[in-house]
Amino acid sequence: MDQRTLNVISSEIEDINAAYTAAGGDAAVLHKHELASLVISGNKVLNASGTEGIILEKHETEYGVDIKMTIKKGYKIPLPVHLCFGLIPKDGLQEIKMNFVAEEDSAVELIAHCTFPNAVKVIHKMDAQMLIGKNASLKYTETHFHGPHGGIQVIPKAHIKIEEGGSYYTNFSLVSGRVGYLEFDYSVDAGKDSICEMVTKVYGKKDDKIKILEKISLNGENARSVIKSRLAITDNAESEFRGITEGRAPRARGHVDCMEVIQGNAKAEAIPIVRVDNPLAKVTHEAAIGCVDKKEVETLMARGLEEDDAIDIIVKGMLA
Amino acid sequence: MGLQGYEHEGGSLIFDGEDITQLSITERARKGITLAWQEPARFEGLKVRDYLAIGAKAHGGITEEELRDALRKVDLKPEKYLNREVGEALSGGERKRIELASIITMKPKLAILDEPDSGIDVVSLKEIVSLIHALKENGSSVLVITHREEIAAASDKASLMCEGAILRSGDPLEISEFFKNRCIPCDNRISPPEAV
Repeated sequence: MDQRTLNVISSEIEDINAAYTAAGGDAAVLHKHELASLVISGNKVLNASGTEGIILEKHETEYGVDIKMTIKKGYKIPLPVHLCFGLIPKDGLQEIKMNFVAEEDSAVELIAHCTFPNAVKVIHKMDAQMLIGKNASLKYTETHFHGPHGGIQVIPKAHIKIEEGGSYYTNFSLVSGRVGYLEFDYSVDAGKDSICEMVTKVYGKKDDKIKILEKISLNGENARSVIKSRLAITDNAESEFRGITEGRAPRARGHVDCMEVIQGNAKAEAIPIVRVDNPLAKVTHEAAIGCVDKKEVETLMARGLEEDDAIDIIVKGMLA
Repeated sequence: MGLQGYEHEGGSLIFDGEDITQLSITERARKGITLAWQEPARFEGLKVRDYLAIGAKAHGGITEEELRDALRKVDLKPEKYLNREVGEALSGGERKRIELASIITMKPKLAILDEPDSGIDVVSLKEIVSLIHALKENGSSVLVITHREEIAAASDKASLMCEGAILRSGDPLEISEFFKNRCIPCDNRISPPEAV
């Protein structure tokens, strides 16, 4: 590797560090040797450090990276694994394919920051297959930052299979900067005695478009799930939420909870769908769309806040 | 307090010699008036410490010890509550106490407490009375709306309202006696009430 190539890589690392920080991450964690991390800029792997119990394979493709991450049987990874996916230029395409396996009795927490700070015409696609093995656990937090321009399409699609006794918690957050166009599509097959919790929090502004589809099939006896969605949209933004839970086994329990706050000319649609084909299963839902609660606003105004500041605090709390 | 849904029909509201009739909730709050609701709002995601700090902004902020002290005054353990959300996970009584703590941290000139005893068990009524005294000692005037004799007895002066008009004002014990003897048996509500 010549000096010029080294300089280019060094510059990209600096840019992605800055973008990671803009997305709310602490860039220092990406370079701590004791922490496992993976940093991808465009279709380049800038940093990949593993730790005992994790097998990480990565393959650079024309427009992105194919990743296979396996948490070995019985390993409880003590510290979170940090992932950073980003694209620094104002235009481009990034395609990430992720194959994740948490083997039996393993546990890991993944913290991902997806950052596109300069996006004017960017497409980011993620296609993930995830397997949570018997009694294994995955906690996955994904925070996005798309910059101020709104010129981005983000299309994450994932299928997650949870085996007996496994647990899967995911928290997707896109509350800073613009959304652009988001098409979020996650589906889960939950086995016996498994637990699944999916939380999405998105703040849409201007002409942002948000489509969220979350589907959980409670296929195993005593499987339990919650889909929780918190959306705030303002200006001319539009959102469409579909949360589907299927109760297909005895004592399966599921709940869909969607709350959307709208302001300005924004338009929101929420469709919770519950399907049950086992008489011993139970699935419930609740959905609310509307302006910010009047009593909450007036309470904060009675403490001296202006109305706009009160609404801002309430919305930020909901999305926190 | 200038809340939505309450229209001004006549008269004036004078506070500290100033006509505040047309002022908004925020403007009234900045003049030093605040309100604790009978059924306090819940705020998903908002931490108790941040909620209590909001009212103190006008006084240049609040210290950690002041936050803790406000919770102790409403009989809540700071270490248990400061980092909890003011949300669904709190019981009605806990939420009520936090609402009252937010009044303490704001240090208002006038605190309007709308049935501060509702949702709080009878044993805790003494604490509400102590809180009213604490607000008074802290320089706040306190206007309490209550149906409870014990709370009224803690006041310097009481007024009896019937059908939207003040029927009688005076010593709290005398007003309580009047209420028990005349108002409870009465089933002839008239508006405006006749002079008694």
